[in-house]
Amino acid sequence: MSENGHDGHGAALTAKDFRTDQEVRWCPGCGDYAILAAMQSFMPELGIERERTVFISGIGCAARFPYYMNTYGMHSIHGRAPAIATGLATSRPDLSVWVVTGDGDALSIGGNHLIHALRRNVNVKILLFNNRIYGLTKGQYSPTSELGKVTKSTPMGSLDWPFNPLSLAIGAEATFVGRAIDTDKAGMTAVLRAAAAHKGSAFVEIFQNCPIFNDDAFDYVRDDKEGVNRIRLEHGEPITWGKDGENALRQRRNGSIEVCGAGEENVLTHDETRDEPTLAFALSRVTQATHGGTPVGVFRDIERPVYDELMAEQLETAVAKRGAGDLTELLHSGETWVVG
Amino acid sequence: MGTKPVEQLSQVIVRFAGDSGDGMQLTGSQFTSETALLGNDISTLPDFPAEIRAPAGSLPGVSGFQLHFADHDILTPGDAPNVLVAMNPAALKTNVGDLPKGGTLIVDADAFSDRNLQKAGYAQSPLEDGSLDEYQLHAIPLTSLTRGALESVEGVTPREAERSKNMFALGLMSWLYGRPVQPTIDFLESKFGAKRPEIAEANVKALQAGYAFGETTESFAVTYEIKPAKMAPGTYRNITGNQALSYGLVAASKLSGLPLFLGAYPITPASAILEELAGFKSFGVRTFQAEDEIAAAGAAVGAAFGGALGVTTSAGPGVVLKAETIGLAIMLELPLLVVDVQRAGPSTGMPTKPEQGDLLMVLFGRNGESPVPVVAARSPSDCFDAAIEAARIALKYRTPVYLLSDAYLANGSEPWLLPDVAGLPDISTEFATAPNAGDEFLPYLRDDQTLARPWAVPGTPGLEHRIGGLEKADRTGNVAYDPDNHDLMTRLRAQKVAGIASDIPELEVDDPDGDAEVLVLGWGGTYGPIAAACKRVRRGGRKVAQAHLRHLSPFPRNTGDVLRRYEKVLVPEMNLGQLLQLVRAQYLVDAHGYNRVRGVPLRAAEVADAIEALVDQ
Repeated sequence: MSENGHDGHGAALTAKDFRTDQEVRWCPGCGDYAILAAMQSFMPELGIERERTVFISGIGCAARFPYYMNTYGMHSIHGRAPAIATGLATSRPDLSVWVVTGDGDALSIGGNHLIHALRRNVNVKILLFNNRIYGLTKGQYSPTSELGKVTKSTPMGSLDWPFNPLSLAIGAEATFVGRAIDTDKAGMTAVLRAAAAHKGSAFVEIFQNCPIFNDDAFDYVRDDKEGVNRIRLEHGEPITWGKDGENALRQRRNGSIEVCGAGEENVLTHDETRDEPTLAFALSRVTQATHGGTPVGVFRDIERPVYDELMAEQLETAVAKRGAGDLTELLHSGETWVVG
Repeated sequence: MGTKPVEQLSQVIVRFAGDSGDGMQLTGSQFTSETALLGNDISTLPDFPAEIRAPAGSLPGVSGFQLHFADHDILTPGDAPNVLVAMNPAALKTNVGDLPKGGTLIVDADAFSDRNLQKAGYAQSPLEDGSLDEYQLHAIPLTSLTRGALESVEGVTPREAERSKNMFALGLMSWLYGRPVQPTIDFLESKFGAKRPEIAEANVKALQAGYAFGETTESFAVTYEIKPAKMAPGTYRNITGNQALSYGLVAASKLSGLPLFLGAYPITPASAILEELAGFKSFGVRTFQAEDEIAAAGAAVGAAFGGALGVTTSAGPGVVLKAETIGLAIMLELPLLVVDVQRAGPSTGMPTKPEQGDLLMVLFGRNGESPVPVVAARSPSDCFDAAIEAARIALKYRTPVYLLSDAYLANGSEPWLLPDVAGLPDISTEFATAPNAGDEFLPYLRDDQTLARPWAVPGTPGLEHRIGGLEKADRTGNVAYDPDNHDLMTRLRAQKVAGIASDIPELEVDDPDGDAEVLVLGWGGTYGPIAAACKRVRRGGRKVAQAHLRHLSPFPRNTGDVLRRYEKVLVPEMNLGQLLQLVRAQYLVDAHGYNRVRGVPLRAAEVADAIEALVDQ
């Protein structure tokens, strides 16, 4: 058994093997269909047996995902999937554990579990389907909805400043942070591949369209066939985009990022492995509204000790030092006395 | 040496009380160790504030440790002390009310300064105004005697020297009751010897000076002897409830062959279980200190899904947060052990004080029809067996199980006859390894006998399946909204838990002559005071029967028969009548309650009065 459950024996599987007999019940046109299809196509490539793959979700539209993956799975409770996955991944390092969550699930009710799973670097891959709305409860604003969002629960506009999920993840000491778009199968697969290969927690935000309650929220990148708005981050490559690659990003003296021409000096070369998080954070602040482009791909991918490996090491060390625990010895530890 | 007359006593109750910083818990536990080695039966009750260091000398800062030891089988730490050691005016003020007239009172006369008297709210010194005349008062300058004894010890500050006064007091008490001080000397040397040998030396000297003071002072005319108790033969150790519970969990892991996974968040009075288990890594125990109570429970469920013995430990304010996870485990039908070390509530309540206020919460505090088996420990050492029993039920029936302890059991201690590991129950369980319906695997196809579903853990080829909190279709476990299916599944879950009644012992009744008219029914940590009360009532010539519940859900199958056999039933509880309400509702028995929520164990004498009143009614 190698890391992340790879062992090569599952290589003969196909996308079909990962489908279940359950009827998929998302709304027509939901971005979740594309993500599910991409995931089912991608899983065989990992070479992990179905039985050693586990999908855990919380509550919400995205949380139905495990029912449609022919692996082990648990549709749990609202926001708690990272906690449940932590228990599983920590006690079973041989498994490949994935968490599927949404913007409400991960960032509202489950915010605490998300940030702690990330900082611990538990070996779980967390996919956040961000549609910037509550879908299953029929259209209330979410923690990623833009300020002033008019919904049924905010008839005069929402008052909450939204989370930037990637900034939050980086602030929470995440070792892997990426972004993908539901309709961009190739781009999404590349990020998932990198996430799966990453040792420890991986956090991937997937822009996902909700055609019923928040349609067209991400049109600027979803429909961006010409690539004028997507800024593809490629490790070791200069960060440029636009129709002819004419736009580029560079860092200001204060660390923030500005747009410049591709031919100008100091164009940023993407380095996802930089241990220090400032650049990845600055990149996470690059948005369509502020910079005229949206970065997608892997923002950050660094190495740090993995929680479950550290825990397993402590158990091994304890056994090496004291020998395997003996119950009789344990009970008789401390001061004892004999009667009769 | 040995020149003073020795008086025989059958039992003594000593209470050490002082400031939180005075080391009263250490003093008490060392006196316990010394006493245990003499073979007396023991029961202890630490009583301390939640504040780590309340303002010195203040009333809320008083910390106490009560120890009951005897030459016979005892059941409680005692209602009231015979001897009170008070290290300052605040400790005197908060404790002297419990000391019966004629009781022995030892105080540190040096601590009765104007300032300390004022902090304790004394207008004048009780040592001088005659208010303590009804006690055998020994006002001893413990602080200055200690300081004097340590003059020759180098490298110890005057403040550090004064802090050894608890050891002086311990030495004096050890002399008074003929306890050996060697175990304490060994303890002090191993605790301080390596890092601060001069501190070890100071404490040992203070201890020996206190002992010598007893021998030479004219203040004490006699010394006492308490013969060893007649106890069943075997090897004993002293143990607290939290320790016993931790050992029980490790034992359950061994006996089931499953690795133990504990998810926990620090909370009084349950934290010691997390700390204890964190030291058992060589047993393959994984402890996860979670970000909150919810995550602690969630991680335990995740580990259980993966085939571990998943456990989460907490107290009431944490357990309320775990309710949704327990509901999930009910739906998933996965084993999960939830430990509630009860403390006085509601809300934050009184964190260090015991209560039995969580019974109805653990039974009913969830949405929907969500039955959970409940097991309660009755004494500190019984936490060991109760933990194994709770794990057995969880594993066999694939259900969350509550194990109830309380702050008294958690911190209290008693001698424990160590069990033979070979004689502990086999609680092994089997994972599903193959399809169970032709070539199909149906995750909710139940065992005919137990109604438990198969436990197929990830990694098992061919048994891939999805479970979740949505209602399950019978057999397949698929998501189902069918009305009849929900009715069926709700009833099946209830039947599964109810059926455990056939797999637990019948309720035993202690009715020596078989013709008592009054039955006293208790549960959990009140066993000691209730049993002591029944003994007292019988000694007084009245008849009373006693039964004590370990299983609160389901009840033992003969519970109704037992209750209906008696004309009157008394249910003493440290709550306002929770078991009382259950037995009245379930068995239509007109039971009476005896209820105290004072944050201290029930007093045997008061329970006895209540029993006698009912007998005489």
